[in-house]
Amino acid sequence: MAPTGQRRSSYSRKAQYSLFTGYIAAGAGALVGAVLLGLSLWQPGFLSGLSGTAQDAAAPVTQPVAAARTESKGFIDAVRGYYRAGSQNAALKREMELARIRLAEAAAVKQENRRLRGLLGLHESEARPVTIARLVGASAASSRRFAYLGAGRSDGVAVGMPVRSPRGVVGRILEVGNHSARVLLLTDPESVLPVRRAKDEVVAFAEGRGDGLIRIRLINLGINPLEPGDLFVTSGAGGYYQPGVAVAIATEITDDGALARIVSDPAATDYVAVLPIFEPEAVTGADTPIERELGE
Amino acid sequence: MDRFAPKSRSDAYGKRINRSHSTAVATVVPYLSILIASFLPVFFIAAALPIVPPLGFLMLLAWRLVRPGLLPVWAGFPLGLFDDLFSGQPLGSAILLWSAAMIVVEMVETRFPWRSFAQDWFTAGLILLVYVPAAMLVSGGEPTLAALVALGPQLVFSILVFPLFARLVARLDRLRLTRWRTVG
Repeated sequence: MAPTGQRRSSYSRKAQYSLFTGYIAAGAGALVGAVLLGLSLWQPGFLSGLSGTAQDAAAPVTQPVAAARTESKGFIDAVRGYYRAGSQNAALKREMELARIRLAEAAAVKQENRRLRGLLGLHESEARPVTIARLVGASAASSRRFAYLGAGRSDGVAVGMPVRSPRGVVGRILEVGNHSARVLLLTDPESVLPVRRAKDEVVAFAEGRGDGLIRIRLINLGINPLEPGDLFVTSGAGGYYQPGVAVAIATEITDDGALARIVSDPAATDYVAVLPIFEPEAVTGADTPIERELGE
Repeated sequence: MDRFAPKSRSDAYGKRINRSHSTAVATVVPYLSILIASFLPVFFIAAALPIVPPLGFLMLLAWRLVRPGLLPVWAGFPLGLFDDLFSGQPLGSAILLWSAAMIVVEMVETRFPWRSFAQDWFTAGLILLVYVPAAMLVSGGEPTLAALVALGPQLVFSILVFPLFARLVARLDRLRLTRWRTVG
């Protein structure tokens, strides 16, 4: 491409000055950007209102697209289902029979569980979802893993609430706008979640790695008891999540735990439920500095 | 009778007689296309990896390299601000990186005034090679080796898709300079 004539600003003082001012403005812009970046890294809540407002403003576009996305996915699944309909039907029938038996057993266990809880004087609180909404978007180009939810403050959503799909935990509300909210997904490098192995009491932290996998870090170090295929569920520690919700399945064993895949892929879910914070007292207790707690 | 000069009545930008370019369209099209491209990645739900290229940044680079002299050097500031609102990056990261990229392209242009497309693609590739990891460093997440490796697909995809954006910008530029306005 030929160079534009603009570069040679000739003897015109006006042209020379406007070129010079452009450079100054560009430098100043970069500088302001650096300051804003430092500010938003240092105080994440300070400037987050802006992007919340922007998401609210974009809701008329993102909501219908999300609806169309989930509907088209259903259609594709339906077409795909025809391919192996016969053999799959037989396999599913066998699986269904087994599942019915297991379900009956589970009902018996649930009944016994309720009786024992009654004996101990524990009351069972079934958490009702605050709201049910679609994931309308995500930060697909950024290395952070956020999703945008089509419900916000006006639907009762608040910062810190857990988000789950029918399969398992999706993430946690990070910031809320009026009609939209930002969800920190489990795979984000800043996400940490206390979990335990589903079949026993091995406790660990599930941390996002930033490459789609979850790093399971055991709290009690020693002989690593994990095996590939172990399912991890929320332990309820920390007070945010209900205990017993599926999180991840271990695929590879490491020195201090395992690498795991998430159970509930946000890209495959259509609707998600926002649950209330499991134990708000525990959360505020953990947030209170020890000095103030002692002072009171 | 054969026409003596067939281009005299119309050319690639439409009819020439009685028509003129629209100032509004000519000004708005580059900015609007970059804003739309900034917003597009929101629609892809990606849980595992950042796979979608930074479309807004690619569009900015394409406009800057394919049509030099159109975007001012300081254009990175307002356009980056909009990108930050939707990209999930902390506010200020695109402002800083886009402004820096505009200044770098300006310097490259001073050094190499005459360039071929291959050279432009090389420039864009180098800038993307710095931009994508830099965006990860300032994203606020912990920069681990695994996260760095995970950027690979996005990076390769971004560099490969640049010629497509260059062609798109060429098309948009033709649209921009079409004679929309009727004179008289």
